[in-house]
Amino acid sequence: MPYTPELKELIKKVEKTRPARVEKKRNGEEFAPMTLQEREAILKFHPDFKEEGRTEILVGPNKGYRIAKEMVRLFHAKSRLDPDAIDLSKPDFETDVLIVGGGGAGGAAALLARENGAKVLIATKLRMGDANTMMAEGGIQAATKTEKDSPYYHYLDAMGGGHFKNDPDLVKTLVVEAPKVMAWLEKLGAMFSKFDDGRLKAMHGGGTSRKRMHYAGDITGAEIMRTVRDEVKNHPDDIKILEFTPAVELILNASGACAGAVLYNLETEEYLVVRAKSIILATGGSGRLHIQDFMTTNHYGATGDGLILGYRAGVPLRFLHTVQYHPTGAVFPEQAEGLLITEKFRGAGANVLNIDGEQFVYEREPRDVESSAFIRECLERGKGVPTPTGKFGVWLDSPMIDILKGEGTVRKEFPGKWILFHRYGIDITKEPMLVYPTLHYQNGGLSINSRTETVVPGLFVAGEASGGVHGENRLMGNSLLDVMVFGRIAGCSAAVYAKSAPADGALSLDHVRAYNKALETAHVPVDSRVAPMILPDYSNPDVRKKQLTTKYVGTLR
Amino acid sequence: MSKTGTKPKKTAAKAKAPEEALVPIFVMGKRYEVPASLTIQKALEYAGYQLVRGCGCRGGICGACGTVFRYPGSYRIEVGLACQTVVQPDMYIAQIPFFPANKAVYDIETLPAVGATLGSLYPEIFKCVGCGTCTRSCPMDIDVLGYISKAIQGDLTAVAEGSFDCVMCGLCAARCPAEEVQYNIAILARRLYARHVAPKAGHLARAVDAVEKGKFDKALEELKKTSVDDLKKIYKALEIEPDMADESWKPRDGVFLVGE
Repeated sequence: MPYTPELKELIKKVEKTRPARVEKKRNGEEFAPMTLQEREAILKFHPDFKEEGRTEILVGPNKGYRIAKEMVRLFHAKSRLDPDAIDLSKPDFETDVLIVGGGGAGGAAALLARENGAKVLIATKLRMGDANTMMAEGGIQAATKTEKDSPYYHYLDAMGGGHFKNDPDLVKTLVVEAPKVMAWLEKLGAMFSKFDDGRLKAMHGGGTSRKRMHYAGDITGAEIMRTVRDEVKNHPDDIKILEFTPAVELILNASGACAGAVLYNLETEEYLVVRAKSIILATGGSGRLHIQDFMTTNHYGATGDGLILGYRAGVPLRFLHTVQYHPTGAVFPEQAEGLLITEKFRGAGANVLNIDGEQFVYEREPRDVESSAFIRECLERGKGVPTPTGKFGVWLDSPMIDILKGEGTVRKEFPGKWILFHRYGIDITKEPMLVYPTLHYQNGGLSINSRTETVVPGLFVAGEASGGVHGENRLMGNSLLDVMVFGRIAGCSAAVYAKSAPADGALSLDHVRAYNKALETAHVPVDSRVAPMILPDYSNPDVRKKQLTTKYVGTLR
Repeated sequence: MSKTGTKPKKTAAKAKAPEEALVPIFVMGKRYEVPASLTIQKALEYAGYQLVRGCGCRGGICGACGTVFRYPGSYRIEVGLACQTVVQPDMYIAQIPFFPANKAVYDIETLPAVGATLGSLYPEIFKCVGCGTCTRSCPMDIDVLGYISKAIQGDLTAVAEGSFDCVMCGLCAARCPAEEVQYNIAILARRLYARHVAPKAGHLARAVDAVEKGKFDKALEELKKTSVDDLKKIYKALEIEPDMADESWKPRDGVFLVGE
């Protein structure tokens, strides 16, 4: 859908202020960034700070912790599985390392576990590579330009973005491992954007002091994911992949160590038992829970399954009270709603504007601050641009980029977005994009240390399912880095653990029984909900009403 | 308008505006009526499907939802991504959630970085009849035939650059009369190119060397111990590389750098 006449009329205001804004940008004059105090003040507009959006977890290691209701609902749900109905004595699969999740962290972990001598089984809900990693557009941070940057600055930026709450050990590991990850990816043949002399191109992201965000066009995550996936598939003897087979419960052994998982074949609807010497949860995030009814940029499978599995096994949660809303999700056209418009547009110089075509915020604030400013502009100040579906947005002035950096820059640096909007009859080199914050990233997750170990022996967590490295707010380009750094570490740690893991001890689901019992004891209202959710429910309720003989367990038949 | 400013796009059913016209579509031959503005993906959900296969990122990048369809009155089979294609009245639709394509297994380190490698691992490239069905099938508007021609000529760089936007949905392979697996040939070319042909990043090697030698360990250990108040001071005082700075920019303070 091209812009409506009403929106085209409003775009004229953007065009009117553009020459002066371009001139300012050229002279290095920026809209004043907020002070730390101003940042703190504006965060009251952030959805995380909406008290009615949260509630208390009544069971488990984080009893009393207040997080989003949509998440708590899952922590308060029973297992999909009747522990008494399943026979653990005859495993369907045995392996050294079981990896739950086939995204960036799972893929990287598989390669490193294999390198360290382990036989690997990847169990994934959808296809290998169907993950938020695939959808990350902007880039991957790493301090690789030694004449102007180092892990020291990267550390400070990551801490500043996370409100200085991040786990220092994890951040140190992240920034020190970053150059190694880039070198590893270069060696695997990931096609990063480079200058003719081989120097990696790099840009700013929100909250970076140095341009250290490396990229592969505007499909950085896809390039990393498809490269890692291709490499995983080059080792069919050592790495087996089970697609459309999510894990629904972890299995512990008699000594309390993690010793496997119960999987669910989404097609044959049978439950399968895996016995493993060590397990890596790399299940990703939870955008599909649609916290506070926000639209999301996340993958279809992002339902936070790993959080549930790990929590029931006794792993505490961290920073799950903060959720990242990406400032720039598309709000027009309707078909593209929620779709991520990479931060790189702002890194490349595009201003953010209200209905009058005026700037109201510096475009490279950390994401939570930037999102809060958009929400305030639209809801508090009434300066949002109304869309035909009754929502509001702000302008992202993409045409500035070609003016600043030369004709053709947008098409070259943002080929994916250019094509997409072109199909809708919008030329983003001539017309700005309409954007609003969209649910993007689970800042927190299961507690790990810098070796990705949890409190449960034999259980490791990597990537978005873990919490701590980003504190209360992740910077752009640190999530692709996170999945690669901690995915690789998890692969090593789990492979090393598998070598020494005691093979004895009966498999048990007692922790599930105990969790179900705790729900009863805490008088958690019981309904038909089960967790993990596995897939969101987008089917038509009118149709479901007529499925008279169909039984649903959670969202699945 | 909700307080958060965004209404959810949770279900296709809820997304339907009350006044919106319904149009008929045929899912694997069976007729359903769906709102005219929906994508094929949301239309399937509106019709009552709980998608398991054939649905991934819902944003046009993962390649999970390759779909073939035909418009009424036309003999032509068209293709597209279900999450990106808006339904048309009387459209016939079938998804191709999986395609049993061949993938070569190789060691990227030792594979010769020459064009001939593509033909040796995928000899079927020489069977290409040049019909261009692949190009017409590509939802990303890639000139697939163009890069396959370059693959036959052995031009790794051209294949790598020409195929860069590929989402590996497999629609090209599904439609190819010569049974090529274009997208797997393309990723092999991209990996060979990026690994062996493209110039290496010299600065990256220096950065890796510095972290491996532990050059920043002391400074980082000190930062880890620094109080939040002091960290904030250091953070606020950080020199910011200007947006418009080019590659030659250097900060004034080089204490925590290893240099070139």
